[in-house]
Amino acid sequence: MTAPLLDIGELAKRFPVGRKRSLPQRIADSVAGRKPPVSLLHAVDDVSFTIGRGETVGLVGESGCGKSTLVRLVNRLLDPTDGIIRLGGSDLGAIRAADFAGHPARARVQMVFQDAGDSLNPRYTAADAIGDPLRRLKRLGGAALRARVEELADMTGLPRELLSRFPHQLSGGQKARVGIARAIAVQPDLLILDEPTAALDVSVQVVILQLLQRLKAELGMSYLFVSHDLNVVRLLCDRVLVMYLGKIVESGPAATLFTDPKHPYTRALLSAIPQADPVRRAGRLRLGGEPRSPIDPDPKVCRFYGRCPSSTERCTQEAPELRRLEGERAVSCHFA
Amino acid sequence: MTAAPALKVENLSVEFRTRAGVVRVLEAVDLEVGKGETVALVGESGSGKSVTAFATMGILDPAGRVTSGSAMFGGADLLALPERELAELRGRELSMIFQNPRTALNPIRRVGQQIADVLVRHGGATRAQAPQAAIEMLRRVRIPDPERRARAYPFELSGGMCQRVMIAIALACRPSLLIADEPTTGLDVTTQAVIMDLIGELARESGMATVFITHDLALAAEYCDRIVVMHAGHIVESAPSAQLFAGARHPYTARLLAATPGETDSLQGLQSIPGNLPDLRRTDLPACRYSERCERRKPECVSPLALAKVGERHLVACRFPL
Amino acid sequence: MSALLRHARYVLSGNPVTALAFGLFGLLLFAAIFGSAIAPYDPLATEAARALKPPSAAHWFGTDQLGRDIFSRVLVATRLDLTIAFASVILAFLLGALSGVAAGYFGGWTERIVGRIADTIMAFPLFVLAMGIVAALGNNVTNIVIATAIINYPLYVRVARAEANIRRDAGFVEAARLSGNGEARVLLGHILPNIMPIMMVQMSLTMGYAILNAAGLSFIGLGVKPPHPEWGIMVAEGANFIQSGEWWIALFPGATLMLAVFCFNLLGDGLRDIVDPRQRT
Repeated sequence: MTAPLLDIGELAKRFPVGRKRSLPQRIADSVAGRKPPVSLLHAVDDVSFTIGRGETVGLVGESGCGKSTLVRLVNRLLDPTDGIIRLGGSDLGAIRAADFAGHPARARVQMVFQDAGDSLNPRYTAADAIGDPLRRLKRLGGAALRARVEELADMTGLPRELLSRFPHQLSGGQKARVGIARAIAVQPDLLILDEPTAALDVSVQVVILQLLQRLKAELGMSYLFVSHDLNVVRLLCDRVLVMYLGKIVESGPAATLFTDPKHPYTRALLSAIPQADPVRRAGRLRLGGEPRSPIDPDPKVCRFYGRCPSSTERCTQEAPELRRLEGERAVSCHFA
Repeated sequence: MTAAPALKVENLSVEFRTRAGVVRVLEAVDLEVGKGETVALVGESGSGKSVTAFATMGILDPAGRVTSGSAMFGGADLLALPERELAELRGRELSMIFQNPRTALNPIRRVGQQIADVLVRHGGATRAQAPQAAIEMLRRVRIPDPERRARAYPFELSGGMCQRVMIAIALACRPSLLIADEPTTGLDVTTQAVIMDLIGELARESGMATVFITHDLALAAEYCDRIVVMHAGHIVESAPSAQLFAGARHPYTARLLAATPGETDSLQGLQSIPGNLPDLRRTDLPACRYSERCERRKPECVSPLALAKVGERHLVACRFPL
Repeated sequence: MSALLRHARYVLSGNPVTALAFGLFGLLLFAAIFGSAIAPYDPLATEAARALKPPSAAHWFGTDQLGRDIFSRVLVATRLDLTIAFASVILAFLLGALSGVAAGYFGGWTERIVGRIADTIMAFPLFVLAMGIVAALGNNVTNIVIATAIINYPLYVRVARAEANIRRDAGFVEAARLSGNGEARVLLGHILPNIMPIMMVQMSLTMGYAILNAAGLSFIGLGVKPPHPEWGIMVAEGANFIQSGEWWIALFPGATLMLAVFCFNLLGDGLRDIVDPRQRT
């Protein structure tokens, strides 16, 4: 097996959060000169995975599970607390996020944002938006810049006459194309797709997904595809990572993970997909309870404890490790 | 259906006056919702689903104008009712859940108080009983630890939690009609499932009629009794959910189904819908507003047509149904 | 450009008050540029024989105690008053918008320092602060500009900080960073252009305030010195004659002053409608 493109090893991000104190307590602390106690929010906790060249890896999980923090770590907008981020052999994690904008490696990781409208500067035309990374990272200008922007518009199916328009003059699908054109402009090795079709109508979604798949083949990129639409993940991804409260709880090839989920959380996620067919609705799993707090979690308790329908005493005494199963799969549950 | 419907919208047309001309957003829309029935209104953005709901509730944007039609609800025409009576009705009999719960909640009032306010104003509860009744409502929408959450401000709750509070407010006075406008957009699938189960359960329990606006066909099919498909301000098809999925008769519905990810195993198995929604400012719009995108179009498609019965409770607005 | 003009015409046709404000603004601009060329009399020429004459065909606004033509003086004063106000607004904008945007974007220490400076200025009665600054730095036009800019500074900081703060985590800001824009470029090239419409409104509103402040300083004798024509001084000089019935000496410069302030306040809202691209459908 050749070396993977992206290699994430034991990556962690912990945010300090102030603990709640009553007013008298705060006064007493400050009189006594005590520092306020600090808790740690474990947003991403000991996450390891790889993405091969030309591979599409899906990342699914509920909001608050640490998906967006993980994405910000991988695209180097945020510095990790711990762990490594290697891209094609170079150690990206060693470069500070604050310096990364000016680093040559910036062009290698790009991203398509969730809300195409929000991710476009309202005062930039489509051509300005697509040209921005080319100007900064490839030092293009003048006719060369214009030619490249037009080429990108053609590649993404954006009519050239729309290049002079502002975001508010474009439809949702057109804005999505501008966002994609901007992201592939500097020929990244890894493209992160953060729910690229969440705001689009189904008919437009199909076109955009097919465009993304075509571009991947044409340009030889790898994708990290973040989504909560599991139907779309199933269609687009080779492999899937399921995240819950900062940890990867299950991973495996899309084909087998969707037909035979091992982790109870994955089963619940799949059960929640709306089903038109009443036959398939039988025996579905609904999650009760409340997610555990990500602040100073007890290392001995399984993160899913409290919502898990099949938890036992053991789950509170020993947190399950992510263990390998056959067929490239891994799961972190005692009972899988 | 034998009993009188809870809501009967007939021949509803709405126009918007804009700088670039008059937009005919809705044309001759007919919609019936029975007691205890859940009807989904589906279509792409711009199809007029939300406008239908807003016009019925009398909360249309000032630029919009109802040009014809009636909306009979409990013996009164909502479109002809004076604003004061309509406002009274909106709190008690008619409820609405909006897309973004956070903006619809008062940010500086505790959620328990907000529910209590509604109960006092419209539900006949006294100030003394209201807080307890509000906690009871929160429990019913499955908010864990309702006593504590009742004292929370909206910003202290997650999106799914706020949406459940909105639902609690909407359902506090046991309305006979609920209009839910994409109530689960932006929520996780797991939260979506819980909220949809809840709405369905309350509808069954209290015989509440529900209009559920969504662009997600699979979601509509799973939770609604009947699906009404809209395209460019027209209703093009209406059928019981299973029947619609088993055999859509309007070419647009068929296309919409073919574009929805679900059953197919490859991306290539999905098909997009050719063309775009027609510009509703045009004065020369064809009678069938889908005809310009339709590969089955024939010369006859230019002459006016109405929703026609093609089966048991199955209506289609197409001269040449599939 | 023609699209912008068409849009401006559309906004103005729907909003006659803004159109009126633009008309007034044009008039003021014209007076500021050509005032001394078209003034019927020398604004400084005294003539005892025609002192304290009420408005007439020869002297539209009458004459003052030294026989100077008030209309000519009001006209010529426009340039000075507008220049002071404009220069101080530009200065306040440069200082306030830049430090405010930085404060809202970076937060932390930058925000605390900028915020404290603005709070300190706001803690004074602003006019008294302006008086103090001019008294301390010296009685000349440059110092009036500086004083007026300083008292307007917190208004810019507040608006710029709040607007930058809202946009700090916007998608397009993240996208700009991914496109290789450094912090300075994100701030100046991406965030600042987006808050310009709001800053324009702010500039127009403080323009009126700046005119009033400059005239006020001159009114109390701190600022432009007589016999130089300036609206504030003219009102101050005329005030002595109101009791004895020579109302026109104070009234006309005062009314002009009021009209100018009024014009810039109305202009603010009109400008916002024209500059905001979202309203340009």
